[in-house]
Amino acid sequence: MTGGVRLRVDPIACDGRRLCAEILPELITLDDWGFPIVGDVDVPVGLLDEAREAVRICPKLALRLDRME
Amino acid sequence: MAITDSVPRRSRSAGTPTPDHLPRLLPADPWAGPTSLAAHLARYGQLRSSGMDRRQREDLIEEVGRAGLTGRGGAGFPTARKLAAVASAHRPVVVANGTEGEPASAKDKILLARSPHLVLDGAVVAAEIVGASHAIVVVHHSVREIVDDAASERRQAGSDRIRIKIMTGADRFVGGEASALVHWIQRGIPTPTRTPPRLSERGLGGRPTLVQNVETLAHLALIARYGAAWFRAVGTTRQPGSMLVTILGAVERPCVHEIAIGTPIQQVLSLADGASAPLQALLLGGYFGTWVPASAAHLPFSSAGLAALGASVGAGLIAALPEDVCGLVETAKVVRYLADESAGQCGPCLFGLDAIAGELQRLTEGCASDLGTLRRWLDQVDGRGACRHPDGVIRLIRSAMTVFASEVEHHAQGRCRATRTANILPVPPRTRR
Repeated sequence: MTGGVRLRVDPIACDGRRLCAEILPELITLDDWGFPIVGDVDVPVGLLDEAREAVRICPKLALRLDRME
Repeated sequence: MAITDSVPRRSRSAGTPTPDHLPRLLPADPWAGPTSLAAHLARYGQLRSSGMDRRQREDLIEEVGRAGLTGRGGAGFPTARKLAAVASAHRPVVVANGTEGEPASAKDKILLARSPHLVLDGAVVAAEIVGASHAIVVVHHSVREIVDDAASERRQAGSDRIRIKIMTGADRFVGGEASALVHWIQRGIPTPTRTPPRLSERGLGGRPTLVQNVETLAHLALIARYGAAWFRAVGTTRQPGSMLVTILGAVERPCVHEIAIGTPIQQVLSLADGASAPLQALLLGGYFGTWVPASAAHLPFSSAGLAALGASVGAGLIAALPEDVCGLVETAKVVRYLADESAGQCGPCLFGLDAIAGELQRLTEGCASDLGTLRRWLDQVDGRGACRHPDGVIRLIRSAMTVFASEVEHHAQGRCRATRTANILPVPPRTRR
């Protein structure tokens, strides 16, 4: 039985370009230095398209969607 | 000192050391030089792990599990589980971590300097258990020569089927983090790498890699010889065995000692001839550890005993802070050092820790500082690195803000109650940035 999907940031790859937070402000906030904070919450079905877009658009390939087991 | 529990002892063969006698790992004579191979074998007997079949290897992992050995590098992970994860893998590698980059800690260096063969035995046992053909032992530069000599003694004696390679670690705090150590061995770069993959799945050269602290390996060498019941004759039921501790700060004789886990902290301090001044607080575990008030000294030095205070035994550091030295100033100094030691790979660690260190510094200097901002930054940075470096620093700061809460108030008003400054917690001179 699989659960939902969650956003994960690779903190080494992430350069703080902030595109993800523009596309998905509902789930991605920025810290005081401009790096994304993604919560430990499943991505709601209604935001899956935006989440996929945020992953696709990251210039550092630092964002991914993980299916929870 | 022995905190014995009710586990039955197995019958002892001739030559087995008395189970509840300490030290187990270090020579009885604290002034002894490196133990030679001959003296080592006379004390502990031969290692008989060579040429184990699969069944025997599995049995030994189970024995380590029954012993309840946990990692002595700080995280305290069950050793049997780490062994099992790599033992089922293809062509694994064993790495012994003796880098001990933390400036206040000396226990791994002392262990390597006095009992190098016990650590090398442990590396060999670990390699035999998981089916590795060789083990890489990475040590602090100050003990490299001693370990080299020990390794060549073994080669001349033809002791080991396992090849042992000795390396010097990077002289950096973060270089002791397991993935940073593997990165250092492979590419000469002492920075952590991303997870996944786990090292146990894909580590050195893409091979499943077991990284164990050198003290953990020394205990493993004794469990392989004398068994789980012997190991459990000291320590607590939940955290069996002995551990090395580094005792420093306001004590009469700063030193490294081997204690039964669960020994009351007060009693551990007496091994350093006791406090040299009235104490205010203790830093427990290490620089990623936890400040506790001096009144906690009656508690047992075990993770269960310290859990109520949010502390753990960590890597065995106990630093005693006297009444007249400011705990905030000491903490701010260490935090600056740790912020500078960030590998600089993750934004929240690189920028966040630097900002936090600056804010703490302003707080200690009585400059207008914003505690709300500081607390927000601690929340923002916690848990957001590729490794646990930022988390450890934040743990230290949070405990300081709690234990030195009244001092925080004083400093916010531009005052400090300390009457002298002292380097209780050592940090190297600031040269990198």
